[in-house]
Amino acid sequence: MYTDKVMDHFSNPRNVGEIENADGVGEVGNASCGDIMKIYLRVEDNVIQDVKFKTFGCGAAIATSSMVTEMAIGKTIDEALVLTNQTVAEALDGLPPAKMHCSNLAADALHEAIKNYKEHNA
Amino acid sequence: MKKIYLDNNATMPVKPEVLEALLPFYREQFGNPSSLHWAGRMVSGAVEKAREQVAALINCSPAEIVFLSCGSEGDNFAIKGTADALKDKGNHIITTSVEHPAVMETCEFLERNGYDVTYLKVDEDGMLNLADLEAAITDKTILISVMWANNETGNIYPIEEIGKIAKKHQVRFHTDAVQAAGKIPVDVQKANVDLAVISGHKLGAPKGVGAIYIRRGTRLTRLMHGGHQERNRRAGTHNVAGIVGMGVACELALQNLEENYTYVRKLRDKLESGIKELVPEIKLNGHPNPDLRLPNTLNISFAYIEGEALLLHFDLKGIAASSGSACTSGSLEPSHVMGAMCVEVILAHSSTRFSLGTDNTAEDIDFVLQELPPIVQRLREMSPLYNRDELTPLSCDECRIIRRI
Repeated sequence: MYTDKVMDHFSNPRNVGEIENADGVGEVGNASCGDIMKIYLRVEDNVIQDVKFKTFGCGAAIATSSMVTEMAIGKTIDEALVLTNQTVAEALDGLPPAKMHCSNLAADALHEAIKNYKEHNA
Repeated sequence: MKKIYLDNNATMPVKPEVLEALLPFYREQFGNPSSLHWAGRMVSGAVEKAREQVAALINCSPAEIVFLSCGSEGDNFAIKGTADALKDKGNHIITTSVEHPAVMETCEFLERNGYDVTYLKVDEDGMLNLADLEAAITDKTILISVMWANNETGNIYPIEEIGKIAKKHQVRFHTDAVQAAGKIPVDVQKANVDLAVISGHKLGAPKGVGAIYIRRGTRLTRLMHGGHQERNRRAGTHNVAGIVGMGVACELALQNLEENYTYVRKLRDKLESGIKELVPEIKLNGHPNPDLRLPNTLNISFAYIEGEALLLHFDLKGIAASSGSACTSGSLEPSHVMGAMCVEVILAHSSTRFSLGTDNTAEDIDFVLQELPPIVQRLREMSPLYNRDELTPLSCDECRIIRRI
């Protein structure tokens, strides 16, 4: 049901963890649907230097979280804001249709973290 | 990779003796038992023999057994057939909030068509209050439907006591015995049951065959119209090979009932005590007294993690189990059984069912006990809910308890 890329990111997730004194933190999701994602950012000169995540959720939730961290690292804030749940799913060679809504929130979590960063640095 | 199958409540392999017995009915004994000629005559005896074998397992007369395609068909037949046959008598059905979807959704269908349904609540252990059941009976009640044992938790319901209540109030009593038959004694006469449904593939027969016990004299409107098979109670050409297989599977189940119970129970208890010892912050779902659960079933929630992720990691190790998480049910909400038991929603998402079979060994259980704790720990380390500083939940959604009623 999952692509090889999803299974790769699920079984070897990249950038799991937290960042102490992160420049931005974002959390999205809802326990009743079974998915909560939390993203931590370290930003220098408007460039995302490091991203870490913690996720409660299914295989798709963990894989999209891992993928979004890989996609965001090295990007400027503006570049990162262009990432969408759809582009994250595409980078994983797609998700099962049932997972597109409930478990595909990683870009939203990233955007929340960026929003949080901007509030701190406004 | 070693493959360990712990999902026997979903289905199980066809037993070798069963397969051997049924194969001739795909080859030389291919006839239609309704035919008059030699080809038909060759197989009609086999269907009747299977009927006797099935009847023996649940202690009824062979004439009270009707073969059908699966357990869901049996539950639909029992409930819709009763609702129609007794519509002049009343329109009220009593069932529970933890039934299999085959019962639950059939009742919901009838609700949309003018019937009233009472879904009895269960307590946190998943058990019924029989005083509630008796109090729910009205002069309009035409059916009580309570499963013999629950597919998710393994809880065994007091069918004999419910049978007494049904008899006292002269209300028809149906039980979905799909998970119970072959695992624990099922005696429809002793329990005063009028309708009981069993499924072939849950006891070592192939998929695509089931049976319903219809107590002699029980008026039931037919579900499947057409030919005159099964004494006009169920149309459709007999699935002869499946029926023969189901007969043999029932005979084996009856012969080995006690031995299998003891064997599987020992492995299940080993798994249960092992997990309790090795993994902190877990919750057993179902009755804490193992005598009140099927001998093969263990349902456990692992705090802070989600069930599908757990199952995928098990699968990578060759271990097959199942989950009550929303992600594996195809809906957005976790299992209705967990909801009815008021299991907190995060725990409901991680409810994991291990259902053992006689093919499992002590080595299988050792392997699971070796692989499971690090998987759980790894997912917990990844979870934003684990070791959270603030004890209050993220939002009120997080502590929402999903209840059906």
